[in-house]
Amino acid sequence: MDQFILQVLNGLDKGSAYALIALGLTLIFGTLGVVNFAHGALFMLGAFCAVTLSRILTLSHTVIDESKKDFLGNPLKVEVPYIQDWFGQAAGQTIIDWAVPLSILFAIPIMILIGVVMERGLIKHFYKRPHADQILVTFGLAIVIQEIVKYYFGANQIPTPAPEAFIGSFDFGALIGREPGAIIYPYWRIVYFLFSALLIAAVFAFLQFTTFGMVVRAGMADRETVGLLGINIDRRFTIMFGIAAAVAGLAGVMYTPINSPNYHMGMDFLVISFVVVVVGGMGSLGGAVLAGFVLGILESFASLQAVIEALPGINQVVIYLVAIIILLTRPRGLLGRKGVMED
Amino acid sequence: MFGLDKKDTGLLLIVAALVAFAPILLNPFPENSALAQFNAGYPDLMQRFVIFGIFAIGFNILFGLTGYLSFGHAAFLGVGSYAGVWMLKLLTINVIPAIIMSTLVAGLFSILIGYISLRRSGIYFSILTLAFAQMSFALAASVLTPITGGETGLQTGLNDPRIFPEFLGGGATSGGNIPAPELFGLEMRASYELSVGGWLWTFNAGYYVCAIIMLVAFYVAIRIFRSPFGMMLRAVKSNQRRLNYTGLNTKPYMLACFVISGMYAGLAGGLMVSMDPLAGAERMQWTASGEVVLMTILGGVGTLIGPVLGAGMIKYFENIFSKINDNLLHQWFAFMPDGLEDFMVAVIHPFIGKGWHLTLGLLFMLVVIFLPGGLVEGGQRIGGLFKRKKKNTTTDTQSTAAN
Amino acid sequence: MGILEVKGVNKRFGGLQALGDVNLSVAENSVHAIIGPNGAGKSTLLNCLVGMLIPDSGSVTFQGESVLGRNPHEINQMGISRVFQTPEIFGDLSVIENVMIPCFAKRDGAFELNAWGAVRGQADIRDTAEQILIDVNMQDKRHINAASLSRGDKRRLEMAMCLVQQPKLLLLDEPTAGMARADTNNTIDLLKEIHDSRDITMAIIEHDMHVVFSLAERITVLAQGSPLVEETPENIKGHPKVREAYLGEAQV
Repeated sequence: MDQFILQVLNGLDKGSAYALIALGLTLIFGTLGVVNFAHGALFMLGAFCAVTLSRILTLSHTVIDESKKDFLGNPLKVEVPYIQDWFGQAAGQTIIDWAVPLSILFAIPIMILIGVVMERGLIKHFYKRPHADQILVTFGLAIVIQEIVKYYFGANQIPTPAPEAFIGSFDFGALIGREPGAIIYPYWRIVYFLFSALLIAAVFAFLQFTTFGMVVRAGMADRETVGLLGINIDRRFTIMFGIAAAVAGLAGVMYTPINSPNYHMGMDFLVISFVVVVVGGMGSLGGAVLAGFVLGILESFASLQAVIEALPGINQVVIYLVAIIILLTRPRGLLGRKGVMED
Repeated sequence: MFGLDKKDTGLLLIVAALVAFAPILLNPFPENSALAQFNAGYPDLMQRFVIFGIFAIGFNILFGLTGYLSFGHAAFLGVGSYAGVWMLKLLTINVIPAIIMSTLVAGLFSILIGYISLRRSGIYFSILTLAFAQMSFALAASVLTPITGGETGLQTGLNDPRIFPEFLGGGATSGGNIPAPELFGLEMRASYELSVGGWLWTFNAGYYVCAIIMLVAFYVAIRIFRSPFGMMLRAVKSNQRRLNYTGLNTKPYMLACFVISGMYAGLAGGLMVSMDPLAGAERMQWTASGEVVLMTILGGVGTLIGPVLGAGMIKYFENIFSKINDNLLHQWFAFMPDGLEDFMVAVIHPFIGKGWHLTLGLLFMLVVIFLPGGLVEGGQRIGGLFKRKKKNTTTDTQSTAAN
Repeated sequence: MGILEVKGVNKRFGGLQALGDVNLSVAENSVHAIIGPNGAGKSTLLNCLVGMLIPDSGSVTFQGESVLGRNPHEINQMGISRVFQTPEIFGDLSVIENVMIPCFAKRDGAFELNAWGAVRGQADIRDTAEQILIDVNMQDKRHINAASLSRGDKRRLEMAMCLVQQPKLLLLDEPTAGMARADTNNTIDLLKEIHDSRDITMAIIEHDMHVVFSLAERITVLAQGSPLVEETPENIKGHPKVREAYLGEAQV
């Protein structure tokens, strides 16, 4: 039982990432009808927003500290971040420590901007082209974005730690009345899950309860009719693209402490996210979220020692296996609608 | 000739000539000149040109004719590679059984995957093939290590238990070294170097083996494109519903096409290990499948020569562009004033060396946006410009000739 | 006994009775029209005839053999061809290739892996295809891409693709839908000519009464999923039940 809970928990953080990326993919597919292979790159860009912000915050200048001497007896040179000059040492240190959560604020406008520019500059011209062309051009764009990031940040993983308060683990088992020490779970992962849940809820609430969201949902169902009603649906869809980009970006920002970002992290997630979208059902937002969590948790269960011993290699392939089975038995995925991308 | 019409025969002969003289054509710059950097006429790269050419030709038979976008074709290449190495290890160091076996094994594997994946079309088909390929990759890298050599890869060794060590002139362990793959005693890595003036040309045995097989593969592809079977496949792409109501069962057509395409990939894998007897799991990863998609699109989907051009172009970029460095740039722009020189180097720097992927990505995007027909369409457009100019002067003669 | 026999066919979609106890017999070499107001179940019936839908109960037999549960290509191989509401042709292929494909299907059956011999080497196929294009008066367009044909020509091409297989039964689903008057009349003439020159049974689903009365020898009126009347065109005009179905009871 403890093992079971632990595996569910372990699956949640990856599942959250899958769900968020798949949600963005589905938003773009549902509104614009575009299959966006560059979505993983947006996730990666979000992660690098966090890297960039923490680099900006630690911009330093050198001061000669007379109180400390090196081994030759010369005064020691110390790097002092500007931020500590401005806010005092303690406050400055705290701000640097909290770089990752702060990046959320930093990433939202940047990611929306990137999304809007991408849609207006490139994707717009591909609405009428076949899906294969859309896949290919966004695939090319993903390579370009990836290489630009690699050029500026290098090919290595860049460690980006969580704030000190969230480093370490806590005893989840004791919290829910199980035996102490049985279920140990890192703080940041629970933060990531809660953040994702909040973000997903926010997106759904936005679509459900605002007029803007209502028009977008109507547009997803029948684009032409909404256009005939005199509503500028294109502009709204552009904004939706921006929002989808921001969702992917935020998923990336918060993921950095779990897995240090590198330039190809997006591609790794993209492939699985596509599987998630298809398993959930093309065009179904709820399906994308559901499939994201289900596959994340399944993956976590498959990596149990006992399971691996029974079925060697299952942890590597479980997602694809499930995808194949679902596609063959439920062609429209878990919650897919009829008639989406069937040709 | 060969059962082809005039135009196709011409194309085949041109390709044959280009391939035959590639060692000379690809080394247009003298050995010691500053531009020798751009010479591509060395055996390793030329082998890759033709091997990936085969891979792309096969992919194009599926994607170009039927419009089914497989994102898992590298799996067949990988399976073919493993089968090839095992033949080299267990049977004989002669490459012929390896090449035949890798094609057959990849064919069997593609029957299995094709039978299941072809139950769906569109993006669902793409995802299914992707899922199968990723599964094969993951399993090859982990659980199947006894068969695949895991992450280090599978290669021939000193103590391989070959059944026919002396089979067809092969198998002599050359002085305690691991025997190199060969064809009736001719080692694949054997080369004949010819130096004329400042030029150095290398004629490599392995390259010519690959080249001949590539020409055969190309010829078979032309026959398929021009056959009733090829016409049915184009009809599948155009309107599958009508085809069904016309009394044709599209499923066996699709499966046959998928298997042929998979066998081409397996053949490419077999040739790869015949040149260099090492097969790794990364050969099956989805990025490798993506690469063949890039090649085909870049060259021209659905055209005969396009995939070969695309494969050549990408492999050229990968090997030549990636070797240009800043020193070389400084040499080229040395004639400019210093400030301008540094500026030019700084501008070009991100696109070369390790940044060649960036150039490739940009190029690929430009092709998809402006030239959906790929390089072939680009060539046709340029050709069209010239023709139009010519036409204005020769309209009269043409119209009389037409009658 | 007709060439096509529909007996007691029922089909429900959820709570909607789309077809209720449909009986229909199409006589050999006749032109049989099925008419009815919107929602009468005409398209559902047609889809049952070609294997796209399987009825909940009842039987559909063609020349004594059941067509139910067969794939579209098997039904075609039995000798039934279908013309769609919007012409379904191979847009990326040339006109002559469009006609050659059904020739191959007729000659080689549902599947033959003929990957080696060139298309241009198949003289018999090419001759048949050329001949049918002459018959439908499209021989000068044979190398044009089918997608760039006019709507009327696309319809003509689709007809040619069906005729070249020498089907025993030709099913036409609103063959003149969305056509201009001139094109409609051309199509009527074409169909008349086909019927006069070949032994082909035709079943037409049509809205346009002009088309129906110019072609049909028998007419079945469907209303709310059930056949109302089956009569000759003369007797259908002014038939009280038909007026009722189309115009509502108030008019009677």
